[in-house]
Amino acid sequence: MYTQGLDQKGENAGRRLDDAGLLAAFQARIDAEEKIEAKDWMPDAYRRTLIRQISQHAHSEIIGMQPEGNWLTRAPSLRRKAILLAKVQDEAGHGLYLYSAAETLGTSRGQMVADLLSGKAKYSSIFNYPTLTWADIGAIGWLVDGAAIMNQIPLCRCSYGPYARAMVRICKEESFHQRQGFEIMLMLSRGSAEQKAMAQDALNRWWWPSLMMFGPGDADSKHSAQSMAWKIKRFSNDELRQKFVDVTVPQAEFLGIRVPDDDLKFNAQTGHYEFGEIDWQEFFDVLAGNGPCNRQRLEKRQRAHDDGAWVREAAHAYAEKHGQRAAA
Amino acid sequence: MSQGNTMDDNEWPLYEVFIRSRAGLSHRHAGSVHAADSQMALDHARDVYTRRNEGVSIWVVKSSEIIASDPADASAFFEPAADKIYRHPTFYEIPEGVENL
Ligand SMILES: [Fe+2]
Ligand SMILES: [Fe+2]
Repeated sequence: MYTQGLDQKGENAGRRLDDAGLLAAFQARIDAEEKIEAKDWMPDAYRRTLIRQISQHAHSEIIGMQPEGNWLTRAPSLRRKAILLAKVQDEAGHGLYLYSAAETLGTSRGQMVADLLSGKAKYSSIFNYPTLTWADIGAIGWLVDGAAIMNQIPLCRCSYGPYARAMVRICKEESFHQRQGFEIMLMLSRGSAEQKAMAQDALNRWWWPSLMMFGPGDADSKHSAQSMAWKIKRFSNDELRQKFVDVTVPQAEFLGIRVPDDDLKFNAQTGHYEFGEIDWQEFFDVLAGNGPCNRQRLEKRQRAHDDGAWVREAAHAYAEKHGQRAAA
Repeated sequence: MSQGNTMDDNEWPLYEVFIRSRAGLSHRHAGSVHAADSQMALDHARDVYTRRNEGVSIWVVKSSEIIASDPADASAFFEPAADKIYRHPTFYEIPEGVENL
């Protein structure tokens, strides 16, 4: 998902160092569905896992503004422009809620930003794809925000209180994102042949990357079990992906556009859609930094950071001067 | 509540944000923001936490100014209240037939 959890290594090493009694008491609280709060004792690995997951999630929200921001000045009407601006602004807000949730665990904003800019921290692979036409803005709202909602709703019950609370705020705002995207797709699919073709083309390009947002298949995501035991995660990657396919395919049918998967079929027995093999090589390539837009996304973020440096410094200097005057 | 240990000395301080959602309700913790000073903290809190009319009043306070009880001592700290069940109305037995009590 926004936190595809691919750079998790050696999380079990720290556990040996933690006191066994504390660990058992901690797990008992989790099992009793108690929430863990910032100053409570927690295993180092739990803390590190959360810092990584929440900061990856925050970075995804921040980088995720770029593909859509690309169309802000070219939105087809003032109405669309206002809506898109509000959506992109929400994503900035989501990033900020999440950064502050991560900071409760003892990391700093500066450290997280530095890790994003240096390429050390990951963000969701989906934001490394380009937005070539206006229909892509529809497809992102409908599919990418749709997939995000699927993942984020269970995170509202995450065992870590500050993360869960941030997710509640975020989920409240996401459904507007998905609906405005679906509305764009609906307008296009009811429009001219050319507009309908645009909608189809966007679905063709965004469908598979959206399925990849849920992360590797359960057989290949070895750290899921620990996250499940800690109740950071409530459903497996494959379970969430299946839910997404099940709800989204009928929506595509309503739009009258075709999901680009020859193997897609409804299984009346299970009540689920069966779908084709995901190209995991593409997924790993994008994650490794070789997607269509990886370099562009980081360069743009770095430039924004650099261009804002004088503002941060000026505000700092002003506050210092002002503070001195108040103290005098 | 955040306890960010600032690794970057130039980082703006952290403020905790409390929002009153409408008159008649208490302010409630919403999250935190970084800001260079208190006016900027209010402006950021407004932009980050009240984009959909979630508030009619905002308090911000520097995170470093908050004094909190220690969760590790919670059981001892709150223990004095634990054995005073006579503070609850259910402690008292009222005979049948007595009303309005
Ligand atoms: Fe978001
Ligand atoms: Fe969104």
